[in-house]
Amino acid sequence: MTSSPLKAAPSLDTDRGALSELSQETFALTRRLFLQLARRPSTLVAGVLQPLIWLTLFGALFAKAPEGLLPGGISYGRFLGAGVIVFTAFSGALNAGLPVMFDREFGFLNRLLVAPLRSRSSIVLASVLYITVISLLQSLAIMATAAALGYGWPGGAGLLLVLVTLLLLVFAVTALSLGLAFALPGHIELIAVIFVANLPLLFASTALAPLAFMPNWMEWLASLNPLTFAIEPIRAAYRGPLDLSEVLLEAPYGDITGFGCLAVLVVLTAGLFLLIRPLLNRKLT
Amino acid sequence: MALIELRQLNKAYGDVSALAGLDLDVPEACFYGLLGPNGAGKTTALRILATLLAPDSGQVQIDGVDALKDPRSVRRRLGYVAQEVAIDKILTGRELLQLQGDLFHLPRRLRDEQIDDLIDRLAMNEWVDRRCGTYSGGMRRRLDLAAGLLHRPKLLVLDEPTVGLDIESRAAIWELLRELVRDGTGILLSSHYLEEVEALADRMAIIDAGRVIAEGTPEGLKQRLGGDRVTLRIREFSDAAEAERVSALLQPLEGVQQVVVNRAQGFSLNLVIDGDPVVETMRRCLDAEGLPVFALAQSRPSLDDVYLQATGRTLMDAELAVAGQRDVKQERRQSMR
Repeated sequence: MTSSPLKAAPSLDTDRGALSELSQETFALTRRLFLQLARRPSTLVAGVLQPLIWLTLFGALFAKAPEGLLPGGISYGRFLGAGVIVFTAFSGALNAGLPVMFDREFGFLNRLLVAPLRSRSSIVLASVLYITVISLLQSLAIMATAAALGYGWPGGAGLLLVLVTLLLLVFAVTALSLGLAFALPGHIELIAVIFVANLPLLFASTALAPLAFMPNWMEWLASLNPLTFAIEPIRAAYRGPLDLSEVLLEAPYGDITGFGCLAVLVVLTAGLFLLIRPLLNRKLT
Repeated sequence: MALIELRQLNKAYGDVSALAGLDLDVPEACFYGLLGPNGAGKTTALRILATLLAPDSGQVQIDGVDALKDPRSVRRRLGYVAQEVAIDKILTGRELLQLQGDLFHLPRRLRDEQIDDLIDRLAMNEWVDRRCGTYSGGMRRRLDLAAGLLHRPKLLVLDEPTVGLDIESRAAIWELLRELVRDGTGILLSSHYLEEVEALADRMAIIDAGRVIAEGTPEGLKQRLGGDRVTLRIREFSDAAEAERVSALLQPLEGVQQVVVNRAQGFSLNLVIDGDPVVETMRRCLDAEGLPVFALAQSRPSLDDVYLQATGRTLMDAELAVAGQRDVKQERRQSMR
């Protein structure tokens, strides 16, 4: 063993400015999540595989549906594409809380909290960055497959709309999941909530069928479901020439335009972040 | 100025009191031992020092900084090695250290130099680039110590650092700790192992039921007790009546300060005597009564005797008493955010 004296405390007086410290700690925390992913890619793969199966099997299930049944006379596969893309991003983001929950349970979070973090928001920020990248990657994989199956590809402005819509949804759902990860006692409970929320939210939206197919009570449900507000703009982007002031959703309580859908998502995201902030502050100080 | 100043710390979990008016002063560059049975409040005190837990009342000053008002400054000065080692099984040891260095905002080059230096000192070269999930308990502890030292803290806080360690790891850790204190780092170490505290600490406090019951250097504490300890067995297994008879026989002898019948150990006798000649007096007395001596052990007072004197029970009895009461689930919840 070496016997040279250990170096004098270097960190005591280093103060390198808030921004540089913030980015260093956020980058390090994000890097950790991606290292985990690279060595255990099964969640990423499963997150792509499941919607792919949906797309293929569900698309095939209604392949021979009478023409002209769906609004705009599109095939069921084309109709389903938007729903599956949104569902992919949604279920990916719903898992955002899991790594945080495991860190809470195994005490790794305590290791982070004894460090002089510039802001403990960097723990949350790292999760948001990570989940956003993952969800978008998964969604893009689905979009590519849909294109290969002949269900089309949104061009130019359409692609931008798809990405913006997905981002908004991912932020909102990530906020929700992170909130749950700090509010619930353990990962069993969190997985239970994820499991219960996942499929019903898919069915009670316009992912698999248009509002016109549903009974009145279900129409209400689907018109209040946040997934619907993400699905309709994306479906519009796939449909062709983009006009956000066009009515995309004829909800029982009134018509919603493309701008309306996006506004709902923005409000939802902002609301959820405001809602979980006090909880995060309490748990992280 | 003291490196650590704790004043009248109180902390309760529900109606269970963990700290009851704890006072502690740890001087700079001192190896300080906190000795007490499980459940005495050691971990709670250290978690408060590490700014993970707020006390119900009391004051915490570390290196002149009020830990309750300015926890971030305290975190920069302090390295904390917890009892339950939380590591990320998927990362390698080196990656974990890099993460830790970044969380302490070390510049990249300095970070990597410190990591290499600590890998050397703790002999981690062979396995530091393997995933943490494959490590033994000793490897984890060494990695955790390295993580706590990366930012070269002025104060290192260790919660039971060598519990269940292999000899090689323990030796590596002890040597590094001694070196740190020589170079000016203050160390606060909690332990329920007498030997560990005795071997390492310059000063120590014995803590029981959430407060300090004795404080000083290990030597000073033992000398203050005075007298020699004798454990006497008439037969391998005596009965109560015989033990009481012998006790009554020895008690009046000159130089015998105290005789206690130890029921827990087959009715052996624990005595406190003035010095060597008294042993001869005792032997002659037993001989005259025709009593055999199966075993007789004489020793200087130990830290366990210090604890016994202060609390009326041995450290081991105290451990056994709380072993049944501990609610591991409850403790885990308390440490969970």
